[in-house]
Amino acid sequence: MSPGNESEQNILEIRVCRGTGCESARAHQLLEALKKEVANKGLEDKVRIKTIGCHGFCEQGPVITVEPEGLFYCQVDEKDVDEIVESHVICGKPVERLFYTEPTTGKIIPKYEDIPFYKGQKKVVLRNCGEIDPGSIDEYIEKGGYDGLRKALLEMKPEQVIGQVLKSGLRGRGGAGFPTGLKWKFGRGSKSDKKYVVCNADEGDPGAFMDGAILVADPHSVLEGLIVAAYSIGADEGFVYVRHEYPQAVDSIKKAILDARRRGFLGKDILGSGFSFDLSVKEGAGAFVCGEETALMTSIEGNRGTPRPRPPFPTDSGLWGKPTCINNVKTLATIPIILRRGAEWFSSIGTEKSKGTAIFSLTGKVKNTGLVEVPMGTTLRHIIFNVGGGIQGDAKFKAVQTGGPSGGCLPADKLDLPVDYDSLTQAGTIMGSGGMIVMDETTCMVDVARYFLSFTQAESCGKCTPCRMGTLEMLRILDKIKSGNGEEGDIEKLQEIAITVKEGSLCGLGQTAPNPVLTTIRYFRDEYEAHIRDRICPAEVCKALIKYVIVPEKCIGCGACLRICPANAITGKKNEVHVISDDLCIKCGACFEVCPPKATAIDKIPAYHGGGH
Amino acid sequence: MQDLSRADLAEQVIPSLQEIQERLGYIPREAITWLADKLHLSEQEIYGVASFYNNFRFTPPGKHHLRICLGTACHVQGGDRLLAATSEKLGIKPGDTTPDGRYSLERVACVGCCALAPAVVLDDEVHGRTTQRSLKRLLDSVDREDRKAEKSEGDSQ
Repeated sequence: MSPGNESEQNILEIRVCRGTGCESARAHQLLEALKKEVANKGLEDKVRIKTIGCHGFCEQGPVITVEPEGLFYCQVDEKDVDEIVESHVICGKPVERLFYTEPTTGKIIPKYEDIPFYKGQKKVVLRNCGEIDPGSIDEYIEKGGYDGLRKALLEMKPEQVIGQVLKSGLRGRGGAGFPTGLKWKFGRGSKSDKKYVVCNADEGDPGAFMDGAILVADPHSVLEGLIVAAYSIGADEGFVYVRHEYPQAVDSIKKAILDARRRGFLGKDILGSGFSFDLSVKEGAGAFVCGEETALMTSIEGNRGTPRPRPPFPTDSGLWGKPTCINNVKTLATIPIILRRGAEWFSSIGTEKSKGTAIFSLTGKVKNTGLVEVPMGTTLRHIIFNVGGGIQGDAKFKAVQTGGPSGGCLPADKLDLPVDYDSLTQAGTIMGSGGMIVMDETTCMVDVARYFLSFTQAESCGKCTPCRMGTLEMLRILDKIKSGNGEEGDIEKLQEIAITVKEGSLCGLGQTAPNPVLTTIRYFRDEYEAHIRDRICPAEVCKALIKYVIVPEKCIGCGACLRICPANAITGKKNEVHVISDDLCIKCGACFEVCPPKATAIDKIPAYHGGGH
Repeated sequence: MQDLSRADLAEQVIPSLQEIQERLGYIPREAITWLADKLHLSEQEIYGVASFYNNFRFTPPGKHHLRICLGTACHVQGGDRLLAATSEKLGIKPGDTTPDGRYSLERVACVGCCALAPAVVLDDEVHGRTTQRSLKRLLDSVDREDRKAEKSEGDSQ
């Protein structure tokens, strides 16, 4: 080994996460401060500062890791920079107070690989996330990037590539779970002078950020997958349709495309194979329905994003009537590693019918929120309690929601369900694209159902009647129940309309929109009944059914509630008991939140004492 | 050939609208007329597309644009209560701008900051783990800075 390499090995590498979570916790300022301090002290030859995409453990953001040791600093502030540089970089002594502390045992864990959140996972698709600088194509190549493409283009026929993908058992990660190899086979089989491939990065599910995170953290893996898809079906042009609400992802993929083109992975005669392909980015303009593939194509063509009936399927007649193959971000990001490590290796992970890994954005009332990857077949309990660390404040688990507005809520007795396409469908929800929202006793299930339905109702494009009118009518009934005016028979009416909407709607949006309502009725019917019969919201969420009061014996007259109240509904002199006016109160809960812990004088009580009508 | 060029022009509608909004902050009436003329489409066709998508606005945004996320994770963590309080404080409904033009308020479906819910976006900067108190502080600090800027402007004149 040359001396040059040895000194290279002695260099510390500080990796600063710039995922959306860490960014929202001022990671950018941290990065700038770190760079400045290193430059000020003239330490450029001792330490390298690198930007990475989402490292996964967003809850602890901003996070930085220090390599080669694999140390993990969490909730790092600009103020910590001096100490990190002085102690860790100069004196070689890591800053222990920034290490992660395991909340249940109080144990300090210096390395991220030992933290339960990471230990409980298996990184396959996310292998590069948090490892490489997403802006550097060289780092991607160093990790074996574009090897899969090289192999496909130079050693395999398109049919052989499709054969590998079929054999791997990979199913579409956008949510529906259609076998990817089969879709490609149909695309290949369509005869046409022109074909397209599209990467669906219109991650519209509220509460899900996996696709955006992958585009920011490892854009080339998605690009490589898309080029392989194009080669397989015989397309020469493609699009990445990405949400405008993800400016970081848009920039990341645009830069990746430029770099890939410069290196000859895109354009004419790629790698001397004779195959030519190029692509461009289309930014969505904020319509959830455009995540549906036919609506997405209508939108790329420049129209209102309304869906088209299928058949014909896009692989027969897609963009501008030409065969088009549309795959989700995660599906495409899986392709390179299947080509590199083989279909057998990939299909050895997961269950019989769901191969590989599942990626979730784990959020809600769980301790460890973040980006998570586990083998298919892992139980919900493992994800929520081992990886996720259990419920915040050690409250009681109530439900977990998967599949976004198209999915459903599962109760505690479904926690041992293995996470795979078929088990989740059987339980009434769907795998979906990967949002997983954990709920505790303070979440009202009627409110959750109403939330999703108000979303799908607003996002319904209005083209077909069952979806347009059905979701509106269901929303009206849910509003009635939430406001304490529910009647006997409302639940049955909801179920009846739900079935009509599911069966009669044109596209996936309408066909799945009733799922959150149906599953909450199936598993939490007693909560609906409490709203209707007793006019009580057990979780104390529904505004019409609760009111905020100040308990006179507890109030210390500090005035915190009075100052925060946006409605000027609170009165009271300093050091005297304060009072909330029911007439003025808008029930925003601001007072409840700011009342100091030593007082906890604000109480939520049922608005209707006697119950009943 | 005629059809092809029409398809090519239609494809330009959304990117053009995005660019107009990027530059002006909203889509003025005149811009629709201008774009219709440029792309050989009717104003109705352009407006039909623009009004379909949530991102396009037809009134100028405020000096400060506040977006409150109501994605699922944010909803579960109290995002709707933040919106109710802010809407009351600013005296405007989501989608509107304050009469003095200082703030516009908007609800968004998800900004991808779910792990640190609830999130708000003020002038393109995302703030996670927002509380009623931290949001009030954030707006107070914006007010303070604006006053300071106005004062120094006044002084220099």
